Amino acid sequence: MSAATGTRTGVPPNAEAALRLEGVSVALSGRRVLDDVSFAVERGEFVGIIGANGAGKTTVFRVVLGLLPAGGGTVERPRRHIGYVPQKVAIDPDTPLRARDLVTLGIDGERFGIRLPSRARRARVEEMIEAVGAGRFADARVGTLSGGELQRVLIAHALVGEPTLLIMDEPLANLDIKSGHEIVELVARLTHERGLAALLSAHDMNALLPHMDRVVYLADGRAVSGTTGEVVRSDVLSELYRYPVRVLEVDGTVLIVGGHEVRVR
Amino acid sequence: MTGFFQSGPVHVALAAGAVTAVVSGVVGVLVVVRGQSFAGHALGDLGTLGGSGAFLAQVSPLWGFVGVGAVVAGAMELFGVQRRRGRDVATGVVLGAALGVSALLLYLDTTSTSTAGATVTVLFGSLFAASPASVPEMAGLGALGLVALAVVYRPLLLSSVHPELASARGVPVRSVAFGFLVLVGVTVSLTSMVVGTILSPALLVGPAACALRVSRRPPVAMVVAAGVGLAATWAGVALAYASYRWPPSHSGWPISFFIVAIVFVAFLAVELPSRIRRRRAPGGA
Repeated sequence: MSAATGTRTGVPPNAEAALRLEGVSVALSGRRVLDDVSFAVERGEFVGIIGANGAGKTTVFRVVLGLLPAGGGTVERPRRHIGYVPQKVAIDPDTPLRARDLVTLGIDGERFGIRLPSRARRARVEEMIEAVGAGRFADARVGTLSGGELQRVLIAHALVGEPTLLIMDEPLANLDIKSGHEIVELVARLTHERGLAALLSAHDMNALLPHMDRVVYLADGRAVSGTTGEVVRSDVLSELYRYPVRVLEVDGTVLIVGGHEVRVR
Repeated sequence: MTGFFQSGPVHVALAAGAVTAVVSGVVGVLVVVRGQSFAGHALGDLGTLGGSGAFLAQVSPLWGFVGVGAVVAGAMELFGVQRRRGRDVATGVVLGAALGVSALLLYLDTTSTSTAGATVTVLFGSLFAASPASVPEMAGLGALGLVALAVVYRPLLLSSVHPELASARGVPVRSVAFGFLVLVGVTVSLTSMVVGTILSPALLVGPAACALRVSRRPPVAMVVAAGVGLAATWAGVALAYASYRWPPSHSGWPISFFIVAIVFVAFLAVELPSRIRRRRAPGGA
């Protein structure tokens, strides 16, 4: 892994960004949750937003989604809706909604009034279900799906409206390692195929590492952003976390481990 | 005694019951999906206040139910009765106080008319005694309710699945929830006309609960719930009519008893097999 010389670029100049935050600050009930946060996500880019619990990841998302006003700074975001996959979605098994219906709600679920089914919409939903590999369980109730299956359906729900920006809050939180890797691979593929800008948060970035183009690192409300090579280094991460963190390479895979007890055999 | 199909009160009962069964089936599905059965129950209890007040003012109990139901539903949403802590406090304080006032009004009803009719009508319904004029009123309210539901349907469904998902798409989640609860208030006032305030949640939630066991899509569940409600209501009317020949007093059993009993049996009929199946399934939860 190339060790860049400590330059922590905030916003790359002259980039065609799908999302750009500049000097964003947010205070919630007197406490500074975000302090001068700047980063950008370009189309076709897969960006991980990493940080410990309480570092402000969800706050960043709420600002990006327009659910929370930024106290200072500017936010440039797509005018059309943003594809969003929230954290820890739990749906009751009795909810009478097939995976297919949830994807359909992704087209125009926010509109008032009812709409009769049409062939074009059905085809669009079908195409999206195939794209995320959810065909096998498209007719199952959403509440009965496994964590990985539900993530695929939620991604289809988020993307069927053809947004330019996809935001996923802790998509790997409830997944086992295999499902987690599959979801990350899926999002990376869709990002490149569809020219999406994808922003995923995680507190454990190991699963994101092989696919991440850029990293936004949050700690204590401040952000450092850069290419993976610039940020994923033992010294940079340890300083951010204020805790010993080591970046190891094992059989060609980069791993991040924390704590003093780490030993490499 | 005239025949079943020649009886005026039977016509009124069948028509009022049909309107109510359809509206409460459709609305009830979303009540259950949103986990607002408790709100429906509270609205029924509070409807007692409106019904007994209307009796005292000598207007149709329907308007008492609707007036109190819509206002209280709005207040409940504003004070956040959905949140568990708020719910506990509201149950203890507000529902208790409202039922206390209802007790007073029912007492006054009884003393002013010197019959126990008001209490039975408000609490348990007396569909055979409903006035023919209430049918078009109920049908109008029901139609209004269904149109309102059609308007908010998709944003409501989306915010029922996940409120944040909906608000990220620009759905005014709180306004939609507020509007829906007012709609539940109106629906409960219809069911209160049929089975009384105490049993009204059974007709709102019961058929919907049956429907959710057997259907995987909201529109299908709504049709099934309306069908179960309609079957229960009409069968209840027929049995109540027949019960005028039954012991002990040959004065007829209450319609509400039959309706609620049929809904309960229907629920057991769909619930028990699925429970047994789940228990038999290897490693099933």
